[in-house]
Amino acid sequence: MNAEANSLTHNTRRDFLKLGVLAGGGLVLGIGLSGCSKPAAIGAGGQPVAWLRIAGDNTITVLVDKSEMGQGVYTALTQLLAEELGVALEAIRVEAAPVGAVYTNNLLGAQITGGSTSVRDAWEKLRKAGAQARSMLVQAAAAQWGVGADTLKVDSGAVVNGRKRLTFGELAEAAAKLPVPTEVTLKPAKEFTLVGKPAKRLDTASKLDGTAIYGIDVKLPGMLHGAFAQCPTLGGTLAGFDAAQAKTMPGVKDVVGTDNGVVVIADHYWQAYKALGAVKIKWDAGANASLDNDAIRARLRKAATRNGRSVRNDGNAAAALKGAAKVVRATYELPMLAHATLEPQCCTADVRADSADVYAPTQTQTIAQATAAAVVGLKPEQVKIHTTLLGGGFGRRLEVDFIGAAMVASKAVGKPVKVIWSREQDMTHDTYRPPAFDTVAGGLDASGKLVAWKLDLTGPSITARMFPPVVETAIDPFAIEAASNYPYDVPNIAVNYNREEIGIDVGYWRSVSHALNCFVAESFMDELASAAGKDPYAFRAAMLDKQPRFKRVLDEAASRAGWGKAPAGHYQGIALMEGYGTYMAQVAEVSMKDGTLTIHRITCAVDCGQMVNPNIVDQQIEGSILFGLTAALWGDITLVRGEVQQRNFDSYRMLRLPEVPRIDVHLLESSEAPGGVGEPGTAVVGPALANAIFAATRKRLRSLPIAKQGIVTV
Amino acid sequence: MAAINVNGKALETDAAPDTPLLWVLRDHLGLTGTKFGCGAALCGACTVHIDGEPARSCQVARADVGTRRITTIEGLSADRSHAVQKAWLELDVPQCGYCQSGQLMSAAALLAQNPSPTDADIDTAMAGNICRCGTYNRIRKAVHRAAELLKKENA
Repeated sequence: MNAEANSLTHNTRRDFLKLGVLAGGGLVLGIGLSGCSKPAAIGAGGQPVAWLRIAGDNTITVLVDKSEMGQGVYTALTQLLAEELGVALEAIRVEAAPVGAVYTNNLLGAQITGGSTSVRDAWEKLRKAGAQARSMLVQAAAAQWGVGADTLKVDSGAVVNGRKRLTFGELAEAAAKLPVPTEVTLKPAKEFTLVGKPAKRLDTASKLDGTAIYGIDVKLPGMLHGAFAQCPTLGGTLAGFDAAQAKTMPGVKDVVGTDNGVVVIADHYWQAYKALGAVKIKWDAGANASLDNDAIRARLRKAATRNGRSVRNDGNAAAALKGAAKVVRATYELPMLAHATLEPQCCTADVRADSADVYAPTQTQTIAQATAAAVVGLKPEQVKIHTTLLGGGFGRRLEVDFIGAAMVASKAVGKPVKVIWSREQDMTHDTYRPPAFDTVAGGLDASGKLVAWKLDLTGPSITARMFPPVVETAIDPFAIEAASNYPYDVPNIAVNYNREEIGIDVGYWRSVSHALNCFVAESFMDELASAAGKDPYAFRAAMLDKQPRFKRVLDEAASRAGWGKAPAGHYQGIALMEGYGTYMAQVAEVSMKDGTLTIHRITCAVDCGQMVNPNIVDQQIEGSILFGLTAALWGDITLVRGEVQQRNFDSYRMLRLPEVPRIDVHLLESSEAPGGVGEPGTAVVGPALANAIFAATRKRLRSLPIAKQGIVTV
Repeated sequence: MAAINVNGKALETDAAPDTPLLWVLRDHLGLTGTKFGCGAALCGACTVHIDGEPARSCQVARADVGTRRITTIEGLSADRSHAVQKAWLELDVPQCGYCQSGQLMSAAALLAQNPSPTDADIDTAMAGNICRCGTYNRIRKAVHRAAELLKKENA
C-alpha cells in the first residue's frame, strides 16, 4: 500500500498537482480483503488507500493524516469518519498515514499538522470518506439480499435488513469491487451521534502503561544510537574535528560530521553521548559570532523607524490622531521563546543504497520526506516516512533540522541509527519565536471615544524562510495575525508591518504572531480605557456592537468571572481575540502581596463554532492557556556571542503543578463552522494577565516576561 | 554482565557501571516507557521507583542501583489496573502523554505513602514533574480520584 501510494504521489510537481485534483474530486478509500495479507486499494485510477481499511475480521483501521502531538487528532478525526461510517468509535484502530498527495492539508498546501487546521481541514473530508464507505457497504449488502439499498440501515458496524445482518467485514470484499460514489449526502448536525460529544480519547490507554511509541522509542533490528553536537553559535558550521580518542571508547562505531555538527554513533546512547564529549571539534561561528539581544533589539528599533507595508487602512488614522483630543502612544517589545517540547528532537533513519525509512515525530511529512531524501541524495519517492507519536509539537516539529544527522549517520554505517538530541542541544538549537518591536497609538475624542488606532509591527518573518513563495509579493500572513483583524468599531485604523531579519532563524511557535500581536493590541486597549477613564470591559464592549461573536465571548467571560466583583485585594484583567476561526475572551484574577504575584483564576469563554469533541477542546484550551502563562511569566531566550544562554529547565523555566491557577473554560454552543482550538488560548492569557497586574499595581507591562519586570512570580 | 532487578524480574545487563539507570532501562532492557526529558533531574519524565521510592533514573548510575528493586511504568501493574492508571483513564488526563509515565510513577509513590493527600501534598509530591501540555489540573483531580479508588480497593 505504501509503495503504491509513494509511486503515485511523488513524481514531478505536475503529477503532484494532477493527483491533487483527482483526489479532491473523488475521495479514495481502501477496503481490505478477508484472508489477504495485502489490502486492496480501490477507487478510480487505482488511487492509494487513503483513509480506511476494513478487514474480513471486522477490524476497521482509520489512517489519520495529521500528526498526534497531544491535540487529539487521532480521536477527533476518527470521530468525523466514524460518524458517517456508522460504527462505534471504540471499534476503530488508528494508524498514522504515510506520505501522500491525498493527505495534503487543503488549508496549508502540503501534508502538515499546524495552524490549528486539523479539524477544519477534515470536517468535510473525513465525514465524506465515511459516508462513501458506508454507501458502498450498503450497496454490497443490497446486491447480496436482492433488495433496494434505500430499504437498508446501518447499525454499529453492520448493514441491517429487518432481522438479517451483514457485518462490514463480511461485506468488505464485495464492497471493494464497487465504484466509489462521488456524491454522498452528509448527515445534518442534528443527527450527529458522535460528533459534538465529549468522547474519551483513543490514545489514552497506551499513554498510561509505556506502550505508546514516540520518536525516541523507535527500535529497529541492528539499530545503533547517535548523540549529536551542533555549533554553539546559531548559524555556525563545522570546521573540523578529531575523533581519534572518541573512536577508542567502548561501543563507538563511527564519528561523522554534518554541515553544522558531529554525530557519534555507538551501540548504545550513553556510550555515544559520553564519546561525544571526547571529540575535539572546531567550529566556524560564522556571521553571528557577536550577535546578542542588544544587537537584535537595536536592529528592530532602527527598522521600526521606516514606514512599513500597509496591512490595513480604514479611514485616515494619521489625520485622526492629529485631530484627537487625547493621544496615547506606547512601544512594546517581546522576547524570543523556545518551544521546549518535552520529548527532545530525535529521528531514526535506515538508509540503504536506493531507499530509506525514516521514523520521525514530525509535523510535516511532505517536507520531512523531501529533506531526508536530499540529505543522502535519494529521490523523495525513495524515502518512506513513518510518523510516530510526538512528545509535544507546538510548531517545533514543523522544522526538519532533526532529520539530517540521522540520515548522514545511517548512511555512513549502513545500519539504522537513532539520533537523540540532549536537552541542552534542543534548548540551544531551536527556531525561536520571533522577537517583536511594536509601536501603537490611539486617539480619543473629547468624550473618551476611540477614534483612531494605529499599530506598527516590526519583526523577522518565519514564512520567508519556510515557504518563500508565500511572501514573494504578499506580507507574511503569520506576522500580522490578531492585528489585521482588530475587531473594535473605530473609524480610523492603520496596521503596518516592517519585516526585519535578525540573523538567526525564527520559527512557528504555538499561536505564532497571535501571541505577539494580541499582547500588544489588548494591553494597549487597556491603556486606552485607562486614558479614557473607562472600565476595560465596558470600554471594549461599547465598540463591539457589529461583532456579535466577539461580544458574546467577552460578555460571557466577564459574567463567568464575576467582572468587577472580585474579592477584596483581588484584581482582574480582560482580553479577547479571534484566531483560527475561534473567538475567545479571558479574564485573569490576581493579587499582589509585597511585590509577589499570585494568579488565582483564569476564566475563558470560547466560541469555536461546531465542536467535534468538547472533552478535547477543553484539554486544548486549558493546556494552551498554561503554555501562554509559562511564556508570559518566564519565557526569555537570550543570546551572548550568538549562543543561547538557556540550556535546560533550570534556566528556561516551566510552569509546575503548585503554580497552576484554577482555570475555568466555558465552551459556548455554536452552529458556526469549526474553528481551531490548539492555539488561541496561548495568545489571550498574556494580555489578560498583564492587564490584571496593571489593575493591581498601576504598573503597565510593555515587555515580557513578567518575572523580568520587577514582579516576583515565586 | 551485572544483575539488575526490574519489575520483579532478575535480569542481567552489559551496561557500563556509570550508565544512568534511564539508559539501562531504555537501551539495554528495551523498556522505553520511562522517558528522557532533561538528563538533569529537572523534569521528572524519567521517574521510576527504587525500593518503592520515586527516583529520577537519569541521575542514578547502574552501579549504584545494585540489586535494589526497580519498578517502571511497565511494571506498575500488569494490565493498567493500578489506581492511578484507572483514574488517569477515567479523567482522560494525557495530551501528548510524554510526561505521563513519570507523573504516574510520582503519583503512585505519593499514594503508597499518603493514602489521603491534600492539594498541598500533591503539589509537593508532583512539583518535580513538568507537563508541557498543561494537563496539571486533570492530574490533580486524578490523584484525588486514585486515592478514592484505593480506599475502595482496600475497604
